[in-house]
Amino acid sequence: MPVRDLKGRQVWQRRTGRESLLHWVMWLIGVAVFAYCWQQISASTTWFFVWDAPRIANDIWTRATPPRWEYITQLGKPIWDTLNIATLGTILALIMAVPIAFLAARNTTPSKYVVRPIALLIIVSTRSINSLIWALLLIAIIGPGVFAGVIAIAIRSIGFCAKLLYEAIEEIDETQVEAITATGASRWQVMAYGIVPQILPAFAGIAVFRWDINIRESTVLGLVGAGGIGLQLSSSLNVLAWPQVSLILLVILAAVIISEWVSAKVRGAII
Amino acid sequence: MLRLEKLVKTYKTGDQALKAVDLNVPEGQVLALIGPSGAGKSTLIRCINRLVEPTSGSVFLGDVDLTRLSMSALRRQRRRMGMIFQEYALVERLTVMENVLSGRLGYVGFWRSFLRKYPQSDVDEAFRLLDRVGLAHMADKRADELSGGQRQRVGICRALIQDPALLLVDEPTASLDPKTSRQIMRLICELCKERGLAAIINIHDVALAQMFVQRVIGLRFGAVEFDGLPEGLTPEVLTTIYGEEDWEATIEKVDEDEALA
Repeated sequence: MPVRDLKGRQVWQRRTGRESLLHWVMWLIGVAVFAYCWQQISASTTWFFVWDAPRIANDIWTRATPPRWEYITQLGKPIWDTLNIATLGTILALIMAVPIAFLAARNTTPSKYVVRPIALLIIVSTRSINSLIWALLLIAIIGPGVFAGVIAIAIRSIGFCAKLLYEAIEEIDETQVEAITATGASRWQVMAYGIVPQILPAFAGIAVFRWDINIRESTVLGLVGAGGIGLQLSSSLNVLAWPQVSLILLVILAAVIISEWVSAKVRGAII
Repeated sequence: MLRLEKLVKTYKTGDQALKAVDLNVPEGQVLALIGPSGAGKSTLIRCINRLVEPTSGSVFLGDVDLTRLSMSALRRQRRRMGMIFQEYALVERLTVMENVLSGRLGYVGFWRSFLRKYPQSDVDEAFRLLDRVGLAHMADKRADELSGGQRQRVGICRALIQDPALLLVDEPTASLDPKTSRQIMRLICELCKERGLAAIINIHDVALAQMFVQRVIGLRFGAVEFDGLPEGLTPEVLTTIYGEEDWEATIEKVDEDEALA
């Protein structure tokens, strides 16, 4: 108990003596583990490469500048593909995420012990695998190209969107739902009037946020052959065409900045 | 018109919120349900339209036993019971008009309601009701732009557009200032009179209840302790409902109000 009786006066401390000792021991263990790990990493590092790093970096920098500007004529189509992969993938993901979110939310699921765990499993499993790995799998299944990229992005995003959406559904104001139910509305009408208006801002926010993330993710999908600007990046890296690589990075940066700007605008408009 | 027979509600936690309540509400009667917090007032009115499932007992609306109905039959009966809530329970992000029209959801199919294609007669009625409560100019405003009193008026319109036979009113004035509280209570009671509606009004404010209703039910620990005219609420009666307290001030205030009126 933090309150002690000391010669008739009530003394209050944040922690009891035992608690502060425990706290101190925890800190000691934490610091010791950190120091040990530091030592291990340092022992297994080839320091020659690290000391060498500034020279190499400088070397690549001089090779990569200036970017090969005329190469931009070949980048229009790939960056357009990348944007399409992100946008279509996000739309597909949202279409699948909405029903899953309703099945996963405690207050809307038709069955807590069968359907809800299945929905949660879908959410966890799609979220736990990186989109690059999905792309590798899908290229094996449906062949290389933009389509594999779209599906990879879509699958990877289902879990993310469904999770945030079902949390929003669980946080709605139940009295509004009660009021709509009391009018004699059907189950679907209750959903359309009592729940949907309440989660619409969250839904729009999630959609743009995920689209924004997906633009970044889709730029690398080409590295494994799933279409988009990553394909150019990987072939330029393979032939050590550093001026092309730097231009591609600039184009990706521009695309991300634009998507950031768009999603900020959209979010501002909703809230 | 409404008859409760041995209505019992026991929550999963074991709390018995209603202990075999019997109650008979004739057509067109407005009654107030008073009692301390936790006496089961909210549970009682939610058991009538089965927002809360009663454990046992029967609720008769006319000749229909609501407790035995299937979900779809219950929905048809719910149309005859308008409900008004303490925190208004409007759908905040919809417009006033949409909120009022949502009272017609029991009559309109899913796609018509989803696409907001309500029959013109419903829209006419919505405008008539909004005009009656003095909010016709607000039809296009979003519900969260309104003040408390205005929101409760919209809530009243939503209940009335159902064309109900009975109003279930849960603490209509608990979030409102004293003046607005009276206006809202007066409005509810006037509308009940105009349309010949019966109403059960949960209310904490005993003085306010005495001003407006024809009959008072006192609930304590899930059982009816008092059933009679508002004038019958003597200090002794209030003590049996709420427990020991100086009740003279509460009752005197009513006399003053009546003198003013």
